[in-house]
Amino acid sequence: MTKIVYIENGGKSHSIDVQNGLTVMEGAIQNNVPGIDADCGGSMACATCHVYVKEEWFNKLPKKEDGEEDMLDMAFEPNKFSRLSCQLTVTDELDGLTVQLPSKQA
Amino acid sequence: MIKTDAVIIGAGPTGLFTAHQLKLIGLDCEVVDNLDKIGGQCIELYPDKPIYDIPAIPECTGEELTNSLIDQLKPFNIKFHLNERVEEVKNNNDRWEVKTNKGTSFNTPNIIIAGGVGSFEPRKFSLKDCEKFEDKSIFYAIKDKTIFKNKTVSIFGGGDSALDWAIELSKNSKVNLIHRRDEFRGAKSTVDKMHKWAKEGSISLYTQYQLKDVKGGPESLESIDIEHDNKEIKHLKTDFVLGFFGLIMQLGPIANWGLNLDKKTINVDTEKFETNQKGIYAVGDICTYPGKLKLILSGFHEGALAARACFKLARPNEKYRFEFTTTSTNLLKRLGKKE
Repeated sequence: MTKIVYIENGGKSHSIDVQNGLTVMEGAIQNNVPGIDADCGGSMACATCHVYVKEEWFNKLPKKEDGEEDMLDMAFEPNKFSRLSCQLTVTDELDGLTVQLPSKQA
Repeated sequence: MIKTDAVIIGAGPTGLFTAHQLKLIGLDCEVVDNLDKIGGQCIELYPDKPIYDIPAIPECTGEELTNSLIDQLKPFNIKFHLNERVEEVKNNNDRWEVKTNKGTSFNTPNIIIAGGVGSFEPRKFSLKDCEKFEDKSIFYAIKDKTIFKNKTVSIFGGGDSALDWAIELSKNSKVNLIHRRDEFRGAKSTVDKMHKWAKEGSISLYTQYQLKDVKGGPESLESIDIEHDNKEIKHLKTDFVLGFFGLIMQLGPIANWGLNLDKKTINVDTEKFETNQKGIYAVGDICTYPGKLKLILSGFHEGALAARACFKLARPNEKYRFEFTTTSTNLLKRLGKKE
């Protein structure tokens, strides 16, 4: 289990133990963290699992695949710390990863 | 007013197979979908992505699956109403009156909602003030390009729609093209052409900028502010703003039909896949019940059962008889395999 911290747009924080191998998106959905819609179910096709990664974590994450940046063009208010949480697989290295959720997904 | 045994909302894989099941048991049906093509998410979101868990099909893409389902409907004459969204559903003497945004109306005892995650709508600017200019100075699709002639048009987006319109409109308008990063995801030839035109000055290109503010009178836009990643603001005079950010799925009017909703899904029973309203069913990704799996194969099962439930309301004086396509003369006739 790896600790992932989700911070809602209003500031409410959820510290969740997520099983390694799941994605940050799945960790949120399976634990009813509000603010991540994941309409397409994780196929990198909809940009509704958009999160802002805390700056200190951003460069520690595996790099984006080609399609992710394209999809982020579609996200609601993306910035340079934006990622799609369905593309972030939870591993021991991510223990303590903190992501902020946008005010809405669409 | 079109009279039919069942109206299916949504032409994705579940809606298509449900139509097959209805026609097979001798009911007629009409299908409505807000997209301009058949296939739903499979065709709009992942036409090229392989799917590995359709029974008996080891691997197929969203597009191949859609084409096979359309093939399977060939024996039947099914009317599709594309580019139409169902707006209103009203009960009238144990039947339902269904109206679309294009004015088509149906009278039917059965409505099957196979709406996936909702209907596809253009993704809009997040800035609240944009709403008051929508369809006046701010557009998400172009119906009549002549209104832009000799005007200044600011286009946002990085895909083919944004690029194609920037190139097209720059022939007769002053065009600003604004995108949140340097890379564009359009076809390479289009991207190259845009860069060439930007160099020659017929398109003004602003990358790493996003919309920050819109200003103007009550009826029309006068200018916009765009903000660079480094927080620098640029002020641009503009008559029109176009946003091309792809499509987003929204539940839309379904939320107003008195159905028992659970977040973005509709509660149904697992015998008929009926909602809390008699004669309205929900199948595929949009329905929920204990143990629900959001798989295409589950949608097929749900549609097959909902179709049988429709029979009771559409043919109250007849008894539904279960038959196999391998042996039933009736079914084989409907499939066009027997005279």
